[in-house]
Amino acid sequence: MTTTTIYGLLGALLVGVGLYGLIVHPRPLRKILSFNVLGSGVFLLFGVVARRGAAAGFGGDPIPQAFVITGMVVAFAATALAVALLLRLAEVGGATELDEPPPAEDRAA
Amino acid sequence: MTSAGGELLVLALLLPVAGVLLAFLLGGRWAARITLLALALGLVLTGLLGVRLFASAAPLTYALGGWAPPLGILLRFDGLSLALLATAMVVLSAIALYARAEFAVPAGARETRASFVFWTLLLGVWAGLTVVVLASDLFTLYVALELLTFAAVPLVSLEGRADTLRAALRYLLYALAGSVLYLVGCALLFGAYGTLDIGLLAQRAQADPATLLACALMTAGLLAKTALFPLHIWLPPAHAGAPAAASALLSALVVKGSFFIVLRLWLEALPAVVTPAAAQVPAALGAVAIFFGSAVALRQARLKPMIAYSTVAQLGYLFIMLPLVLGATALGQSTATALAGGMLQLASHATAKAAMFMAAGLIYAGLGHDRVADLGGVARSLPLTVWAFALAGVALIGLPPSGGFLAKWLLVSAALATGQWWWVLALAGGGLLTAAYVARVLMVALSSAGPAPALRAPVARSRQWVVLGLALLSTLLGLLAWVPLAVVPLGAAGAR
Repeated sequence: MTTTTIYGLLGALLVGVGLYGLIVHPRPLRKILSFNVLGSGVFLLFGVVARRGAAAGFGGDPIPQAFVITGMVVAFAATALAVALLLRLAEVGGATELDEPPPAEDRAA
Repeated sequence: MTSAGGELLVLALLLPVAGVLLAFLLGGRWAARITLLALALGLVLTGLLGVRLFASAAPLTYALGGWAPPLGILLRFDGLSLALLATAMVVLSAIALYARAEFAVPAGARETRASFVFWTLLLGVWAGLTVVVLASDLFTLYVALELLTFAAVPLVSLEGRADTLRAALRYLLYALAGSVLYLVGCALLFGAYGTLDIGLLAQRAQADPATLLACALMTAGLLAKTALFPLHIWLPPAHAGAPAAASALLSALVVKGSFFIVLRLWLEALPAVVTPAAAQVPAALGAVAIFFGSAVALRQARLKPMIAYSTVAQLGYLFIMLPLVLGATALGQSTATALAGGMLQLASHATAKAAMFMAAGLIYAGLGHDRVADLGGVARSLPLTVWAFALAGVALIGLPPSGGFLAKWLLVSAALATGQWWWVLALAGGGLLTAAYVARVLMVALSSAGPAPALRAPVARSRQWVVLGLALLSTLLGLLAWVPLAVVPLGAAGAR
């Protein structure tokens, strides 16, 4: 098993774990973290692709590396936006669940 | 690689981005004026691009920095691009004129955050859509997708209520899951073929397991962003909770961006991989969306959620175009009928849905509520607005001479020509259900029983005229019968 294969399998594992968390966890903060795990897996895959596609004498193909940098910026911005929305939701709504709270009379009872 | 007139593409991209930067520099007091000026320039520019495209009959291209693909990024403008960009420019302009009364800062008044944010996000949606139509590689399309998402999500929660924040967060999580799946697909495709350029992929891609997996992941991600059934559940609360101008923007344009990427992926990047049989799957989901969305729309007590569910249904029509185009290719027929039908449906829904949401917004502004049951006689208080709602309804149902009618006519012809008669049932059945929920509103609004409801606040005539103008446009789109058939094939994939 070569190093790139190990990295590739690791990337696939992270993608799987992240996707599972994104779908299964009901709480938004867990979902945001899962999205980041999933994203890391994808970036690792891009890294593997860069290594495999490297020309002789180069450490890696620069194009997938550029993709990773762009992807990281996007994932960072997305995480910031999601966390900002979540914080505001906690401030305004007092809870961070995605499901609608039950009507007021139910809660009082 | 840069064609004559390619510099115009750079200008088209710079215009909305410069607008955003200027708005940040000068502040919310100027944001509305900057947006309207930029939109006026954008309309002229789109016209110029159209003239150039017709004159050359080949796609306009611009290689950024002089670097040709696969190393560089190529901007590319063809008939499909023109169809989406022209639709977007008209709808954006109408929304901006409508929103002026709500979000512009009058002289002497205090500047609010919502006004500044609305105008910059409108420019952001415009910038995102421009990248969508100009991109010629799958990674630039990914960036475009994210630009569009980041501009769209805060529009949902402009009012800052807990329920709209929840809707925005749910929308964002769906969108992020969708885009990261799309990115996994990009990694697989780049690993297999060493390029993400659409033209090069079309030559190299083969139907091996990695490519099929990549295509499936990317399609699933894009369907989540386009809110195709059963991935639609984020859409109704998000679109119904936003202010009317933002709802119009989201429903009419934002979801069309990701659909456009589906078209690029299926019809241009991987035509050798996807088959007409595979295209039955998204189209079948589309057909379910048509019936499900319309049926749920019929049961909504309030106007804006009803219109939002109507979007779920109308998006279904777009996906029926996929098996029709691929079927025509497989049989060696011209794909122009199906493509023109699909793009016309896109334009028709964009104009009609924007008009409908804005009409609902005016009714809400006038009455202080949008409960369908309590709209009795509102046609006498707000005749122009109810007219606009009715005309937009005509376009959604697909009655002649609306664009919706011609679009369905073209799609039905394409379905019969390729021997896929079952899609005709979905196209016709959807029209009936649409007629039911539009009629339900109109029957209450036009009723002559009782006094006309008193308006809580006066509704400016100029806003009503804007909405009516847009609705009229969508109703008369069908009279331009030759235009979509002439525009869509311009610079199509074969001419690369």
